[in-house]
Amino acid sequence: MLSFVLRRLGTMALTMLCLTMIVFFLINLEPNLKKLAISQTEMHTSAEQLEDWLVNHGYRQNFFVRYGQWLGLLPKQPVTDPATGKPTQRFTFCNDPAVPTFSGVLEGDFGCSTKFKTTVASKLFPALGATGILMFCVLAVMVPVSLLIGILAGMREGSRTDRVLSVASIASTATPEYVSGVIFTVIFASWLGWLNGSAASASQGITFYNFTLPVMTLAIYGIGYIARMTRASMVEVMTQQYIRTARLKGISFGGVVVKHALRNALIAPFTVIMLQFPWLLTGVVIVEVMFRYQGFGYTLVEAAGNNDIDLLLGCSLVSVFIVLITQLISDVGYAFLNPRIRVQ
Amino acid sequence: MQVQYISAFSVLLEVLSRFWPVWIALIIVMGASFAYKKRLALYGQLFDSGVGIVGVGICLFWLFTAIFASTISPFDPLAQVPVMKDMLPGAIEPQSGLVYLFGGDKLARDVFSRMVYGSQIVLIIAPAATGFALMVGITLGLPAGYYGGKIDTVLSFLANLVLAFPVILLFYLLVTPGIMDTPIPYAMAGVFFLFPIIFFSVLFWTRYKNRPDRLYILLGITLLVGGWIYLGLVFDKDPLHIVHIDPNQLNIFVAVVFASSPGVFRIVRGLVMDIKTRDYVAAAQTRGESPWYIMLWEILPNARGPLIVDACLRIGYTTILLGTLGYFGLGLAPESPDWGTAIKDASRLLRSFIHPALPPTIALMSFVLGLNLLADSLREQSMKD
Repeated sequence: MLSFVLRRLGTMALTMLCLTMIVFFLINLEPNLKKLAISQTEMHTSAEQLEDWLVNHGYRQNFFVRYGQWLGLLPKQPVTDPATGKPTQRFTFCNDPAVPTFSGVLEGDFGCSTKFKTTVASKLFPALGATGILMFCVLAVMVPVSLLIGILAGMREGSRTDRVLSVASIASTATPEYVSGVIFTVIFASWLGWLNGSAASASQGITFYNFTLPVMTLAIYGIGYIARMTRASMVEVMTQQYIRTARLKGISFGGVVVKHALRNALIAPFTVIMLQFPWLLTGVVIVEVMFRYQGFGYTLVEAAGNNDIDLLLGCSLVSVFIVLITQLISDVGYAFLNPRIRVQ
Repeated sequence: MQVQYISAFSVLLEVLSRFWPVWIALIIVMGASFAYKKRLALYGQLFDSGVGIVGVGICLFWLFTAIFASTISPFDPLAQVPVMKDMLPGAIEPQSGLVYLFGGDKLARDVFSRMVYGSQIVLIIAPAATGFALMVGITLGLPAGYYGGKIDTVLSFLANLVLAFPVILLFYLLVTPGIMDTPIPYAMAGVFFLFPIIFFSVLFWTRYKNRPDRLYILLGITLLVGGWIYLGLVFDKDPLHIVHIDPNQLNIFVAVVFASSPGVFRIVRGLVMDIKTRDYVAAAQTRGESPWYIMLWEILPNARGPLIVDACLRIGYTTILLGTLGYFGLGLAPESPDWGTAIKDASRLLRSFIHPALPPTIALMSFVLGLNLLADSLREQSMKD
């Protein structure tokens, strides 16, 4: 088990290295650098001034040197001030070094956000915290509801409950966040006026009034999928011999479902729920933009829209890390929950 | 100037009658399929269950809507009639006397016509991109599953690499206006569009190796048609000027194929690893058939059931992806009538007007729902066998 986890962690590190390199490459394409230079300098700057800005801020160094600096394997060089000729900080609004130092991701320095004029860490981590609260609420709604639907549908295959719930869960998987978000806002905010169509005020304090719509929107897309997986797994378990044996021994139907079927039927959904995280990540971006909630997704869109290189790299590092770590947890957890695999 | 309205009931009637070519086509196709369902194999079996009929019905509805879009929609989807700005559903356009059935949006365009024309964009890009993703996934998944070993390790690592990207980040990196100045989208298109040609060439080669009369005809057709489309799509140098794709549509197309082919790859690989242990594969190996013959003519036909189901679901998922792209304003032109862009535009103004938001959302939802229902009943039918 330990060697398996270690091997997986090794692959994970390699994947992250490759992915950050790809992201780094794509963000640093010539048109993107141009865009950054234009947004960072005054209006009506000439092409030469833009080029000067890029050179002065170290964007014209060799690709691998810059990637190494970001990673922390090479020392970050201070830039030379064109006026005085002395080495100075690259960006004054975050603590860039004035002497060559190793300060990259490996040293815990995520760099400098050009859009928000602050360090990436001070922008990214509060945003992650905000998204964490949202995710927690979503999971707290999504997991129990979807498991319940799946179990009720899969308990008696082909019954009317099963058919109604199955069609409902198919419908919910056909409703992406930007569709359900609009529909819910129309119903609950515009017509009924029960809920707030914006979650911007949730950064000050989360209330039922401003937080229900984002949570609901985000949960609905996942519910259908998890419920269907639970149903399939439940149906399979209910056809097993030991269920029939238990029934023949005279245990009530409810008792069989709760005591014998559930434990075995819930192994597969665990994996599915874990693998839902990458989808949730996309959903978070949509929902946070739609309801103006200042979290991770909002930061990602801002970073991408303004070509904020370090912030976008930080965001991709975080999201890739989440995707990979949930895959790892789902594999390890599956082995833990399923004794048949553990023995092998 | 005062604008007249028609009642809600006449709006409904008018909408239904606007779709007349769709209803006729639906009746003909559904009637014919129902009458001959015994002879139509898997497609015919769909008509045995209510879910299947609804699924096929919805999908065909949008297909015919896309085909007859110019007949159905009363207005040009991009035309702006300033009087009609933000008009409620049922407003009569004073000049032509035609009705803005679902009202006008903030740029005074007809919401109904935009919804109808939006189906064209979705129904061209989503199935085509899924088709290419299937080609890429199958061509790479077959050897990975069949040979295993190093090929499998490398290809699986690459597939996992792409799958580890959150889709939205991938799109923000790959679908930007700036990237069209670089050769990246064209290079990717060049690679992806090569796969169908490779696939069909190998398919025919393995089968008709010893029958040159058939082989040369089929290979010739593949290379000619494939090469022609390839020239048109990747280099935009179609000598006849028929095959043409806008650079930003190419960009979207490539990004969508890139995002969904690893998923197909994983499914194909898993299916192949399962099927290659069967007896008929061993029999073919004993006969001395070449590996690619076994993969394409023994394994692939037996993997078709799950692949068809996956293709249906994937077209739906691609539709959702296109909507996401539209919602974030990536790739598609800002005035494009596709559903995602329409949802984005309308959702910003939900506080004042809700009517422009509902038609595209319901359209997108119903189309994906139709595909999901279709996939579900296909899965059920193929499990019965």
